[in-house]
Amino acid sequence: MTTKIAVRGLCKVFGTAPAKALELLRRGLSKEEIFARTGQTIGVHDANFEIEAGEIFVVMGLSGSGKSTLVRMLNRLIEPTAGEIVVDGRDITRMSRRELIELRRRDMSMVFQNFALMPHLRVWENAAFGLEVAGFDPVARRERAMNALEAVGLKPYAECWPSELSGGMQQRVGLARALANEPSILLMDEAFSALDPLTRGEMQDELLRLQAEHQRTIVFISHDLDEAIRIGDRLAIMEGGRIVQIGRPDEILKAPANDYVRSFFRNVDLTRVLTAGDIARRDQVTLVRHPGEGVRAALRQLRERDREFGYVQDARRRFHGIVSVESLIAALERSNGGASLADAFLPDVTPVPSDVSMSEVLALVARSPYPLPVVDGNGAYVGAISKTAYLEALGRSR
Amino acid sequence: MKFELPLGDLVEAVVEFLMRHAQWLFDAIEIVVGGLADGIGAALEFPPDVVLAGLIVGLAFYRVGWKFAVFAAVALAVIFALGLWPQTVDTLTLVLTATVIALILGIPLGIAAGRSDRIESALRPMLDLMQTMPAFVYLIPAAMFFGLGTVPGVIATIVFALPPVVRLTSLGIRQVPEELVEAGLAFGCTSRQLLFKVQIPTALPSIMAGVNQTIMLALSMVVIASMIGAGGLGNQVLRGIQRLDIGLGFEGGLAVVLVAILLDRITQSFGKPRTKSAPMTARGSTAPTSESADRPAAMQPAEPGA
Repeated sequence: MTTKIAVRGLCKVFGTAPAKALELLRRGLSKEEIFARTGQTIGVHDANFEIEAGEIFVVMGLSGSGKSTLVRMLNRLIEPTAGEIVVDGRDITRMSRRELIELRRRDMSMVFQNFALMPHLRVWENAAFGLEVAGFDPVARRERAMNALEAVGLKPYAECWPSELSGGMQQRVGLARALANEPSILLMDEAFSALDPLTRGEMQDELLRLQAEHQRTIVFISHDLDEAIRIGDRLAIMEGGRIVQIGRPDEILKAPANDYVRSFFRNVDLTRVLTAGDIARRDQVTLVRHPGEGVRAALRQLRERDREFGYVQDARRRFHGIVSVESLIAALERSNGGASLADAFLPDVTPVPSDVSMSEVLALVARSPYPLPVVDGNGAYVGAISKTAYLEALGRSR
Repeated sequence: MKFELPLGDLVEAVVEFLMRHAQWLFDAIEIVVGGLADGIGAALEFPPDVVLAGLIVGLAFYRVGWKFAVFAAVALAVIFALGLWPQTVDTLTLVLTATVIALILGIPLGIAAGRSDRIESALRPMLDLMQTMPAFVYLIPAAMFFGLGTVPGVIATIVFALPPVVRLTSLGIRQVPEELVEAGLAFGCTSRQLLFKVQIPTALPSIMAGVNQTIMLALSMVVIASMIGAGGLGNQVLRGIQRLDIGLGFEGGLAVVLVAILLDRITQSFGKPRTKSAPMTARGSTAPTSESADRPAAMQPAEPGA
C-alpha cells in the first residue's frame, strides 16, 4: 500500500487575524473561547491523517464540525491557514496557481451535495465539462464523456437537460463529470445526502461497483453513519474542527476515543441521528392539485391502488393536505359533484419538517391515524412515515 | 449676510472649461456615436419599408409565436396608416444606437461589479445619480457639447438607459449559486474560464432582463431627446404638446407604445431559458406566458428541494 494523500498539521481559521487565533489554539483554548476573544472562527484544527491509494476514506461529523472545510482544503477551494497536504509526494499548499489548476484538471475531481450541474449545458456537455476546461478537442471530449455516462448508466440521456432528470440521475451525471477526466482522487462532499434513502442506497452500490472496477482514492464526506459504515474503508470522526478518531468502523465501534464518538456509535440509537426526511417513504399515493381537479378521479386512484389515504401536492410539490376515501365520499355527497379536493382535506393535518429527528417523530407517528406527511424547508412533500416504516427503520438501526 | 453654496457656478465653470479645452474629445465621441447612428439608420432604411416590416413580423413569429406576429403586423400597419413610418425608423435608429453603446459599456461594467465588491460600491452612487437626475438637467450640457441633433440625443439616452443593464448583470453574476462556482474551480477553470463557462451563462436570464430594461428606458427617452433635435416619434409628440394638438400628440404616443410592445416582447424572448421548465408540472396547467415579468429573481430556476 502506498500513501496517496498525507495531511499534516492542517488548520483553517476564518477571519482577519488568523495568526492570533492559531497561537491561542496552540495554547489549548477551545473553538468557542477563541471566537469569544478574537472573533475568529476555527474551521479545522490540526488535522493529521494519511490516505492509502485506492482507499475510501470517510470523514464524518455533525454539521459545523469542519468536514466540508477539510475536503475543500484538499483541492484548495479553501486556502489552508497552516499545515501541509502532500499528494503523490508534492505539497499542494505550496503549488502555484498554474500547478494547482493542472492538478484539479488531471488528478482530482469533486462531486457536490446539490449536484452543481451547469443548467445551460446538456447532460453530456456537463459530463464533458472538466475535459472542455482542460482543453480536450471536441471529438475526444464527447467520446470520453459518453464513456463516463455509460459507466453510470446514463448514456441514453446524453442529450437531455439536467433539469429533466431526477435527483439520483442528476447526481449520476455529477459522478460521470468527475470520472470523465479519469482522476486518481475523487472528493465527494455529502454527495448522496440530498437523495432519498432508496436512491442513496443505489448510489452507494454504484460507487462501490465503480470502485471495484477501477480503484480510485476517494475522500467521502458524510453525516450519515449508515452510509459511512457501508462504504468506508476507514472513518475519521470530526468534532468542533478537530479529528477525534480515525480507524476502521469496527475498530472505532469497539474502542471509541471519547464520549462524542461513543454517542455517535453506541447511540447507534439512530433515532437521534436519522431525521424524518431520512425515513420518510414516497410510497403513498400522491395527488397533484390542478385546475379542474376531480374528487372522483382522486377516489378512483385511491381505490385502484387499494389505499386509504391520498397526499395532495401542487405542481411545485408543495404539500397541501391529506384526503381519505371516506372524506372524499363525504365531500361528494355533501356537494353533489361540485366538490374540490380541498373540501375533502382531513382536519388538523400538520406535516413534519424533514430535519426533525426520528426520536421526536415517535409520539406523532404513534398517535397519527394516517402515515405522517413530511415536508422539506420549502414546504415540498418529501414522503410519509407510517407506523410500519418507523418500526422498520428502528429495526435496521439496531 | 446670506451665504449660498456656489455649486451652480462651479458646474457652469467646469462645463465652460471642458468646452474650451476638451472639445477634441467631444468631437471624437461625436464622430463615433454619429457614425454608428448613421450606419444603423442606413441599414434600417436600406431595404424597402415593407421588407423591414416583414422582417420584424418574422422575428416576432420566430421568437414569440404566431399570435404575437399577427399583433406585430397590425401594429406596423397602423403605424404605416398614420404616416409615421419614417419617424418610427428614426426612433428605432436612436434606440438601437443608444442600446448598442449602453450594452458595450454596461455589460463589462456589470460583470466587473458582480465580481468585485469594491467596484460595485463605487458604481452604485453613480448609477443612482444617472437614474434619478432629471433628464432635462443633462440635456442642456449635452446640447452644449454636441450641438443639436441625434448625437446629444443618443448620449442623453445612454446616460438614462445604462444603469439597469449594469445592475442586473451584476446581480446575475452575484446570484450564480456558490456550488456552481466551486464546481467550476474544482474542475480547473481559470478565472476567465469561470467567467465565460459558468458565471455568464448562468447569469444570462438576468443579463437579458437588463438588456430588455435598457431598451425600454431608451425608448422612454425619445420624447425628451427630441427636445434637442433627436427627431423621430418624439418630435411628433413634442409638436402635439407645443401646438396643443391632442390628436397629433396621441398618434405619436400610440406609435411609441406600439414600438415599445414589439421591442419588449421580442427582447424578452431572448431571456427565456432554453431548457423546458420543471419536469414535474401537472397536466392541464396554464401556459407560462403570463409570468414573463422582469423579475430577475424569478428567472433563476429554483433548486428542486429534496
